[in-house]
Amino acid sequence: MQEMLRVEDLWVSVDERQILKGVNLSINYGEVLVLFGPNGAGKTSFIMTLMGFPKYAVEQGRIYFKGEDITNKDVYERAQLGMGVSFQRPPTVRGVTLRKIIEIISDGRINKEGFVEYAERLNLSGHLDRGLNDGFSGGEIKRSELLQLMVQRPDMVLIDEPESGVDLENITLVGEAINMLLGKDKVKDPKRSAIIITHTGYILDYVNADKGYIIFEGKLICGGNPRDILSEIKRHGYRGCAECR
Amino acid sequence: MSISKIYLSDIRVRAERVKDKKAAIGPDIDLSRYSEHIERGRIENLEGLSRQAKEAAVMAGIDVKEEVRSGSYIQVDHSVVYERINKAYEGKLEIMSTTEALSKYDWLEEYYWRVIPVDQDKYTAQAELNMTHGYFIRVFPHQKPEYPVQACLLVAGNYISQNVHNIIIVEEGAELQVITGCTLAKRDAEGVHIGISEFFVKKGGKLFFTMIHSWADNFHVRPRTGAIVEEDGAFFSNYVLLKPVKSLQMFPAAYLKGDRSSAKFNTILYGLKDSYIDVGSRIVLEGEDTRGESTARAIAADESVIYSRGDLIAKTRGYCLAHLDCRGILFSNKAKIYAIPQLVSDGAIKAELSHEASIGPIAEEQVEYLMSRGISREDAVSVITSGFLNLDIPFIPEFLDRNIKEVIKATAKEAL
Repeated sequence: MQEMLRVEDLWVSVDERQILKGVNLSINYGEVLVLFGPNGAGKTSFIMTLMGFPKYAVEQGRIYFKGEDITNKDVYERAQLGMGVSFQRPPTVRGVTLRKIIEIISDGRINKEGFVEYAERLNLSGHLDRGLNDGFSGGEIKRSELLQLMVQRPDMVLIDEPESGVDLENITLVGEAINMLLGKDKVKDPKRSAIIITHTGYILDYVNADKGYIIFEGKLICGGNPRDILSEIKRHGYRGCAECR
Repeated sequence: MSISKIYLSDIRVRAERVKDKKAAIGPDIDLSRYSEHIERGRIENLEGLSRQAKEAAVMAGIDVKEEVRSGSYIQVDHSVVYERINKAYEGKLEIMSTTEALSKYDWLEEYYWRVIPVDQDKYTAQAELNMTHGYFIRVFPHQKPEYPVQACLLVAGNYISQNVHNIIIVEEGAELQVITGCTLAKRDAEGVHIGISEFFVKKGGKLFFTMIHSWADNFHVRPRTGAIVEEDGAFFSNYVLLKPVKSLQMFPAAYLKGDRSSAKFNTILYGLKDSYIDVGSRIVLEGEDTRGESTARAIAADESVIYSRGDLIAKTRGYCLAHLDCRGILFSNKAKIYAIPQLVSDGAIKAELSHEASIGPIAEEQVEYLMSRGISREDAVSVITSGFLNLDIPFIPEFLDRNIKEVIKATAKEAL
């Protein structure tokens, strides 16, 4: 299988604090990877670095996407190349409606009926004319993020903690939405890849992941079958996993 | 029958007394510089306006085809050049110049200079002593025209003082939308526009008033606006300024006299070049269970100075609720914004008044968020700025809407 993303010896700091300490990773086209890790391990920092947010300073290492070195490209350029992110806590943009953003993102690729149908499937029709994330509940934020990504259609999807702040009823909907986004509700989209960050592992009940990793104290440890890894974490805890490596 | 000579004589005396009185706020204007008098001929339809005038009118929100308008009133310099009610709305409302209305209706004495004091300052005095028309619009009881009435007050000449007096009466149970565009045919014109606007919303009536100002570098503007709202009535005011102006000072007020009446001001100010802009809104809550809301959004670019004021004044012994929301963004390190909210509870022990005021940059976090969706930095700033300004105003022609967004995009780009 062809490689979509390669990360080589990535060292990242935020506000002078070392967060990632030499991460190496490779993801092929169509592969879905789940990243486990305790709070503060560097999970969010990792995907925000992949997306190119300037707050995350790359001190060492390279990031290659579809064969191109993107280490010095900005967020917009990476999105244009086919990367997209679902935020855990996106900012509120008052006065700019969800509908407006979807229209801009779609750039004519999807007609109005198309995205209204997506919105209906995600139970977000009533939110299209509200300010972006303005007063949205946890579940609504996740669904809104996924709706935007459905319209954006990135090749590499980065999803930060899809289950956090979401009630049980909404987790099903969020899980279905991720499957829809990854094309897994139909025949698998051979091109779209994903990195999904999870703290609890609940999302594995809904999404079929190919690989799992634990990120601990800024380093990737314990790669393998995601369900096996989740069992190990449940049995030994993150520190136990780190020590047995 | 015209209004009484005694009343007219009395207000003229009062005006004479203050013809040199400076306004309480805003830079003083030497009105003697603007003494030209220019009359213009009537036109058959709005296509009859000169190309320059037509373009300016469109930029001020005027629909020259009049397709989605219930009526039109156009004034150029010191002449009324056009007034018309669309056939479907005949008998539902009337439109004429205030000069004509004053000679036709003796009862207008109850409305003329009854909200704005004629002796407020030299500008109110000028409007009375050298009045050059203005519009009179009245919608009859329980009539609700589907489309707005449009009024355009255009200045085509140089060194003139256009002194208009506008009166709008929304009779009991009626509803009316009015779009007023005030603008210049020549971008290098020098002069002053003084506009007295007195609005009356009767019991259960609703007035949706949108004013779009499109001035230029050498033009002064001094509107004086007041609305009286009776019980269960509602007054909605949108004000938009997106072009440079030499100086503009106004502080429109809504007096909620009737119980359960309400007022909402939405003010959008875009300071360009060295514009001096001092704009406020005042809501006086006098009736019980009255409601007020005032939203102001200001962007100061280049070397502009913006004063964004807001007063909420509660005077009722009953319950009332009002909120003021005043926000600004600075696009240039040579620009200035003053946000001045004021809450006054005058013996109104049950009044709930609140305000929030802020001045700050566009959040970088928001820009990066939109960039991660594949939107360029320039477009992201433009979208956030448009959203901040809250430009979702009904019946604004598409062309104008597009132009507003282009202005924002150009200025936002400079600010990056």
